Amino acid sequence: MSKRVLMKGNEVIAEAAIRAGCRYYFGYPITPQTEIMHYMALTMNKAGGTFVQAESEVAAINMVYGASAAGGRVLTSSSSPGISLKQEGFSYIAGAELPAVVVNIVRGGPGLGGILPAQGDYFQATKGGGHGDYRNIVIAPASIQELYEMTVEAFNLADKYRMLVMILGDGTLGQMMEPVSFREKEPIVIPEKPWALTGRKDREEHNTIQSIYINPDDLEAKNIELQDKYKVVSRDEVRYEELNTEGAEIIIVAFGTCSRICRNVIRQASGIGIKVGMIRPITLWPFPTEVIAAAAAKPETRAFLDVELNAGQMVEDVRLAVNGKKPVHFYGRMGGNLPGQQEILDRIIKIHEEGK
Amino acid sequence: MIDYSIILAGFGGQGILSAGKMAAEAALIEGREVSWFPSYGPEMRGGTANCSVVISDEAIGSPVINDADVLIALNLPSFEKFKKIVKPGGIIIIDSALVKSVEAPDGIRFFPIEASTVASELGNMAYATVVLLGCLSAASGSFQKESFEQALRDVLPERRHHMIPDNIRAFEKGEAFAKSRQALL
Amino acid sequence: MAIVFEKTKGLTDKPFHYCPGCTHGIIHRIIAEVMCEMNILDDAIGVSSVGCTYNNYEYFACDMVQAAHGRAPAVATGIKRVHPGNMVFTYQGDGDLASIGTAEIVHAAARGEKICAFFVNNAVYGMTSGQMAPTTLLGQVTTTSPFGRDANLQGYPINMSEMLATLQGAVYIERVTVVDFKSIQQAKKAIAKAFRVQQKRLGFAFVEFLSTCPTNWGKDPVDSLQWIRENMIPQYPLGVFKGKDLEV
Repeated sequence: MSKRVLMKGNEVIAEAAIRAGCRYYFGYPITPQTEIMHYMALTMNKAGGTFVQAESEVAAINMVYGASAAGGRVLTSSSSPGISLKQEGFSYIAGAELPAVVVNIVRGGPGLGGILPAQGDYFQATKGGGHGDYRNIVIAPASIQELYEMTVEAFNLADKYRMLVMILGDGTLGQMMEPVSFREKEPIVIPEKPWALTGRKDREEHNTIQSIYINPDDLEAKNIELQDKYKVVSRDEVRYEELNTEGAEIIIVAFGTCSRICRNVIRQASGIGIKVGMIRPITLWPFPTEVIAAAAAKPETRAFLDVELNAGQMVEDVRLAVNGKKPVHFYGRMGGNLPGQQEILDRIIKIHEEGK
Repeated sequence: MIDYSIILAGFGGQGILSAGKMAAEAALIEGREVSWFPSYGPEMRGGTANCSVVISDEAIGSPVINDADVLIALNLPSFEKFKKIVKPGGIIIIDSALVKSVEAPDGIRFFPIEASTVASELGNMAYATVVLLGCLSAASGSFQKESFEQALRDVLPERRHHMIPDNIRAFEKGEAFAKSRQALL
Repeated sequence: MAIVFEKTKGLTDKPFHYCPGCTHGIIHRIIAEVMCEMNILDDAIGVSSVGCTYNNYEYFACDMVQAAHGRAPAVATGIKRVHPGNMVFTYQGDGDLASIGTAEIVHAAARGEKICAFFVNNAVYGMTSGQMAPTTLLGQVTTTSPFGRDANLQGYPINMSEMLATLQGAVYIERVTVVDFKSIQQAKKAIAKAFRVQQKRLGFAFVEFLSTCPTNWGKDPVDSLQWIRENMIPQYPLGVFKGKDLEV
């Protein structure tokens, strides 16, 4: 690993993508992710790749579709309103089983909303957003170092499963600087892509890529095939971090920026004699249901506290995992505001007192 | 244990964001955990700029600061806006050539230094923030002069290295002021 | 026995699903013939769009991808940037290209993307059963302009070739038709020129085909051809709108 250097989250994403062998970037400006574009505009051509500023997010995601169909490692990035526009493309990418990496540096919504950090796109990211039965792998890093490592990993996962992988950050992670150290060599795994469009050349048959199956039996078979793939991803690709959960009375569930704040709350709580742990989902889909269910089954676990920068979205998945075994509380801030440690601690003290 | 939350605030163009980054770079050289977070909201369109720097021996939670240990203010609106969130016993450093006739809230260690005047004496207004960083270093101990000097060497392009000695002179002016003021507080 | 006509190897053996008298089939054939004659079939990558030709990825024997409605030029951009040496083309109808995909075609042209766009204009939405298209003529009856297109309510037809010709990145633009042997030969020349422009990396090339839709026009095949001559060509004159003197 290199020595630690101070870098902005957005720039780290772009650098990680290039290190991961991504050579095609298509995007459209939107705050707070625009530095990804700036970095790509500066470096992509030097890296032997292509940077295109598209006319819209819709065009950008369709350029991604084309470049991926042609066999390229490709990235687009945007923020919430722009991601809404890309949903059509996500659905086609899922239907055509194309690998792609998309970054969403989330800002507050709905509508034009604001430009400050939020996590209000959890539902959109994990439950679809586009039409049809499909899934995207959704990764939520919590530090700049993790943003780097998971961006590299996202490209490998996209190629491995021929799926769209989303990096779900927020304005904090995109805009902040933090130390990061880079590996000397990235663990790049690019499988053969015999399905890619390269021109027929010596192939007997032409390659075709499409998401349309007019015959209902064909379309059902395709859907079953997709669901089988998603089952494998759910089984093999769940990532999470468990912190201090052993013997914890209250378990926080939080991802991304929120989990950073909660990490410090755990320390504070321990200082006043309340044992608090945290389960931090790193993949939001597939969701770490089993580990949460296991924690809920422990007698010493008295309650869960889900903390998010929204009105309560992931908490629905937490409740499904806990399945009524223990109370699940929620604390959220919205509009671009981040909770202070004390606010969360106060909530923990209240839960602790109620439980006595 | 070191754990400082620092807000630097002023007008756009005063070098606020770079000054914050230099403080973080210097602390990084000392092996600390650091974070830097800029204002990127609508406020920057009004011509003001601020950034939050956290320097700590432990993993940093939020890079956005709700309660600050230190405020460095380079204009009056920033001073008025952020003085309220400085913790009791915290530090406020102002460029008193720009923020005039103000008083710090009770219980705050107050360092009014004519940073811009010192900078113009050194022949470059850009050194005003460096004077303030020197003051920050001595007043808080969040990073040392040697690391700041190393950070300059790392960050500045080679063709700007001739500016390092003047930077250090500016830094030392701020340091000296803080030490003399400290003795009075 | 002498062979007087042989099906081009540029098409697969999959039978066309197009309606009797529809000229999509002719346009497919001549694009495929040109690819074979120019020996670029093995390099070509085509983009199908949404509309009657949604599944022409099954007909063209080159590599093909199916795009979302209107997005073919963006998809083609992505492909071309990965394989700059390959011949990339889109095949789009008037609803696809001149309505929902206006932004994509305009910006692909403005960027001077080194692709060919083949635009089939039959003045109506075919697949979804005869709605008004941006290219529908004034007075033309469609299922969504049942009293005839009224300029006051529904505005005017869009002349895409003329419009795109104003863009610097577009280097060759021609409007053709396929109503008789002579016009089909001219259309083939235009297709070939468009591919040569791409081969020489000169910029964006665009060929507009005036085409029939007997089913939605409510006309028999012969009358449909006559309708193009009498009604479409006055609104959409044939000819080269950009790159007339371009030698390729």
